[in-house]
Amino acid sequence: MLLTIEQVNVYYDNLRALQDVSFVVGKGEIVSLIGANGAGKSTILKTISGILTPRSGKILFAGRNLVGIPQHRIVRMGISLVPEGRGIFANMTVLENLEMGAYTRASRQEVAKSIGKVYTLFPRLQERSSQPAGTLSGGEQQMLAIGRAMVARPDLVLLDEPSMGLSPLLVREIFRLIREINEEGTTILLVEQNAFMALSVAHRAYVLEAGSITLSGNASELRNDSKVRAAYLGDVME
Amino acid sequence: MEYFAQQVINGLQLGFVYALIALGYTMVYGIVRLINFAHGDVFMIGAFIGFYTIERYHLPLALVFLSAVAGCTVLAVLIEQLAYRPLRHAPKIASLITAIGVSLFLEYFTSLRQVFGPNFYSFPRPFPVVIWEVGGILVTNIQAVILVVTVLCLLFLQFIVFRTKMGRGMRAVSYDYVTAGLMGVNVNRVISFTFGLGAALAGVGGVLYGIAYPQVNTFMGFMPGLKAFTAAVLGGIGNIPGAVLGALIMGQSETMVSAYLSSTYRDGIAFVILILVLLWKPTGILGAPRAEKV
Ligand SMILES: Nc1ncnc2c1ncn2[C@@H]1O[C@H](COP(=O)(O)OP(=O)(O)OP(=O)(O)O)[C@@H](O)[C@H]1O
Ligand SMILES: [Mg+2]
Repeated sequence: MLLTIEQVNVYYDNLRALQDVSFVVGKGEIVSLIGANGAGKSTILKTISGILTPRSGKILFAGRNLVGIPQHRIVRMGISLVPEGRGIFANMTVLENLEMGAYTRASRQEVAKSIGKVYTLFPRLQERSSQPAGTLSGGEQQMLAIGRAMVARPDLVLLDEPSMGLSPLLVREIFRLIREINEEGTTILLVEQNAFMALSVAHRAYVLEAGSITLSGNASELRNDSKVRAAYLGDVME
Repeated sequence: MEYFAQQVINGLQLGFVYALIALGYTMVYGIVRLINFAHGDVFMIGAFIGFYTIERYHLPLALVFLSAVAGCTVLAVLIEQLAYRPLRHAPKIASLITAIGVSLFLEYFTSLRQVFGPNFYSFPRPFPVVIWEVGGILVTNIQAVILVVTVLCLLFLQFIVFRTKMGRGMRAVSYDYVTAGLMGVNVNRVISFTFGLGAALAGVGGVLYGIAYPQVNTFMGFMPGLKAFTAAVLGGIGNIPGAVLGALIMGQSETMVSAYLSSTYRDGIAFVILILVLLWKPTGILGAPRAEKV
């Protein structure tokens, strides 16, 4: 397993946000975490990337326990988070944002190559490369956030609600890109409220409720699970 | 007219020194949203290092500056790590009170006889003063040194902030330190570096101040510190060019007030400006109104 979460408990002061959470992500997979508002999805991603420290439990990445390792070193180990709300540096240009993504990388030529690759994936970013990132549309900012994470050449990308605030057309575009990135060899852990899209792109998924994992399985199984359909898919019918 | 031009020159001299101090206030504020009240005292330490290295060790001027830079940098990094870092996640008021505490500590501790002592000491001239007359205006080689050294410092700063990886880290942390961390920026190291960089400039400022106004005392950092802080607020706190602009305005207004009104008011003008800016445009001249991040 590339990532193994074992019995993780996370607190905000005395409020327990995650309760004995355990799950795994295999190399090359797209795994989705779905759950309602406040279920603890973002908390999981923040804990993996070192913004939060669990009170107990283990987070093993390629065999190494990440608990206690500072955030900036976790990035170097190959995990990039695309945060909820994107975290774009609005005062920097699109290109500077991408270069920030390469902060941990030494070789300028390699970085230029990676940025070139992001531009082929997202041609709209190239057209706007010298524009302040704050002036991009929401969808473009999401592309930039994903592109910026890719420039770090991570083994594992954590995506926190990439569909948030985007039109259905853009959502489909973003998910197509997620699949493309995955096909090129990057493992993806995807957090979504848009369970329908999340389950259509993922290989496997976990359902998180009030800080605990209550269901898990192949994405196609979960899509047909009656509880999931009732709680997260509403009456979406294909 | 010549009198006025003469005052402009004098005001520039003062403004440049304020700029070197104001940059530290503004950069530290930009990175950690802390008004580092001990910064004026770091400037004082720089002046004393200048005093000792010239008076006792007769070092050449370049080494005098380097010693002040090194001493102030180390001091500021220590202050940050010992006093401010443990309070990083505490309420803002805790760091603010700590900053005042550190400031008082530096002033009173160094005024002990065993340290620098409580008196005013006259700052030795590191080079003979030369006065030139240019079209009826008197210009000294001290002013030339201040101009050259300050401009070199500003170019160096520009290079650091916009051309180095550390500078990119600084800009990212100042915008959003959590996201900066997600990019792999070592936020703690950037914060230490920023304190050190600000202190280095203040150290240079301290030596220049000693050369231009040749008297040192352990409480000498208070007023220039306050004025430089006002300059930073006036220019837009957190904004680097703003700090320089604010400092130049402060230097001019102080000089003009003492030339045309009375030198009694020279310190008062700083407070008047500070209050007016806070009332009328708290974001300062160049500061963009931006939502405060918590
Ligand atoms: N900084 C914080 N301090 C205190 N409680 C917090 C904090 N951040 C989140 N929480 C609480 O922890 C729980 C989980 O929050 P989290 O952000 O992980 O939810 P989420 O599943 O990502 O929700 P959403 O879909 O709305 O983004 C919520 O009850 C939330 O109120
Ligand atoms: Mg969330």
